Amino acid sequence: MNYVALKMLFGDRAKYLMLLCGLTFSVMLIVQQGSIFWGLMMWSQASISNVNVPIWVTDPGIAQVDEVKPIASTAVDRVRSVDGVEWAVPLYKGLLRARLASGDYHQITLTGLESSTLIGRPAEVLEGRFEDILQPDAVVLDQWAVERMGGPGIVTVGTIFELNDKLARVVAIAKTQKSFTNIPVVYTTYERALRYVPRERRALSYVLAKAKDGLVVDDVIQRIREQTGLGAFTEEDFGVKTIMWVLKNTGIGINFGTTILLGFIVGMAIAGQTFYLFTVENLRQFGALKAMGASGLTLARMILLQAFTVGLTGYGLGIGLATVFGFLTARGGSLPFVETWQLLLLVLIALLTICAVSALISIVKLARLEPAIVFR
Amino acid sequence: MITMDDHTQPAAVRARGIVKSFGTGDTQVTVLRGIDLDIYLGEMLLLVGESGGGKTTLLSAIAGILDIDAGDIDVLGVPLSRLPPGKRTVFRGQTMGFIYQQFNLLPALTAAENVAIPLLIQKIGRHEAIQRARAMLDRVGLEDRTEFLPKNLSGGQQQRVAIARALVNEPRLLICDEPTAALDGPNGQKVMALLREVGRSPDRCVVVVTHDSRVFQYGDRMARLTDGRIVGIESIVREGTA
Repeated sequence: MNYVALKMLFGDRAKYLMLLCGLTFSVMLIVQQGSIFWGLMMWSQASISNVNVPIWVTDPGIAQVDEVKPIASTAVDRVRSVDGVEWAVPLYKGLLRARLASGDYHQITLTGLESSTLIGRPAEVLEGRFEDILQPDAVVLDQWAVERMGGPGIVTVGTIFELNDKLARVVAIAKTQKSFTNIPVVYTTYERALRYVPRERRALSYVLAKAKDGLVVDDVIQRIREQTGLGAFTEEDFGVKTIMWVLKNTGIGINFGTTILLGFIVGMAIAGQTFYLFTVENLRQFGALKAMGASGLTLARMILLQAFTVGLTGYGLGIGLATVFGFLTARGGSLPFVETWQLLLLVLIALLTICAVSALISIVKLARLEPAIVFR
Repeated sequence: MITMDDHTQPAAVRARGIVKSFGTGDTQVTVLRGIDLDIYLGEMLLLVGESGGGKTTLLSAIAGILDIDAGDIDVLGVPLSRLPPGKRTVFRGQTMGFIYQQFNLLPALTAAENVAIPLLIQKIGRHEAIQRARAMLDRVGLEDRTEFLPKNLSGGQQQRVAIARALVNEPRLLICDEPTAALDGPNGQKVMALLREVGRSPDRCVVVVTHDSRVFQYGDRMARLTDGRIVGIESIVREGTA
């Protein structure tokens, strides 16, 4: 009877297309908005993922990575002295203004890496050598800095600009994940970073650390917290903390959540209503099948097959369209678009729910159907 | 010419004291008021009477697709009215064929696929079911229309497809509701002749609800219903056979 069910579904072309369009639109909307939302969340914790270290030690009251609360410079040694810590290095992170030769000013995020190890450096370099950062006055820009500060024609390897009236010379361009604020990132050594910025009593932004191999990272983090009184997080936890802060303190979560919910409701409404109409208009046919000996279970299976066939087709099309959208609009990193398997799985579950509920309404209708309808 | 009932064949359908009402309270309407009826193997019984007399309700009850309020219906020795719905559905699929006034063909399926439905319900493989459906369409003179959709067939051809569908799993009881109502005279005659042929088989019987007096000649007996009661059962003797 599966064959009959599918022929019935595809035979009513107008309703089939309406169902398909509704579900495709719903999936596309959910995937597109979900991917942009997740992309934004990835951007919001880009400062963490770009550094790529296992443990972040912070001020105990820190809310998120971009809200730097400086800690005492002695924190590095205190963390190093905690049992189980393999290494610990300082990281400076702060906002500063860069003045180009043209006289243009640009706000930048200055990132100071410990000079002997350069821990926290970007993994990929697009131009130049990152190690040249050790040369006098050397800085490395990320590719977004090049873009924001005027493009490759204005800022490139060898370009000289001023940071707080001090010389900075670009020696390399690194590839990083775009950040939520899209403020250009300028890398230099920790010591030089402190020379660039106005003198403060507390200049250390973060301590980056790693637990010794074989130890449970969470245990080491707990010891750091207990012995130093500082905050300490795994990279993942700090990322989640930052994302949660963004969700709580901006309208992003509500905005995207509303759109995603609307996509779900619209999909549910269109699919439910169209599918119900499809069933109601075929009641005589279903009644005839019932009279001919088709059991309630057989009819239910037919309805479910129809619902899931159109649903999964809509799922494929919706994801395809959302992916094409993402590919076209997010090329070059201008739009955050991160399509994860978790999102696709969630959308699949949402879609299957839509299909199941739609089918269930029809199945209930059919269960109550007296096959005697065929004689009326 | 019509004579009184005189039968020696075993009863395929035995209905006793059938009562059926619709609605409740002040709006309750009793449609069947204690029907007693036997339908024998090898015959075609016509259920006739005025509109609203209960013909279709009785037909639905005999087919087991409508629950009755009181009475018993045995079909081919099985107490159909006392079977649970699931078993009744299975029994119906194995022993009965249906022909409807509106044909009730699935518009998206070809003639052969429509005819194959009862076999597919019985879980016979699609290939075999379609082969048997084609053979059955051949028997009703539609061998050249097997791949046509219902919308591309005339009313008479659609009803012949419906008859082929009703017969394809060789049912012992054929239930027909106004099979000629949507057909013109000649097509109606052809359809009734076909049903008559089926009814002649000694291990089958045909029940036909009709108010088309032009086809009365094809029946063996005629039960007349008025106001939910059978007011007369008569044998029909055709010219030249009396």
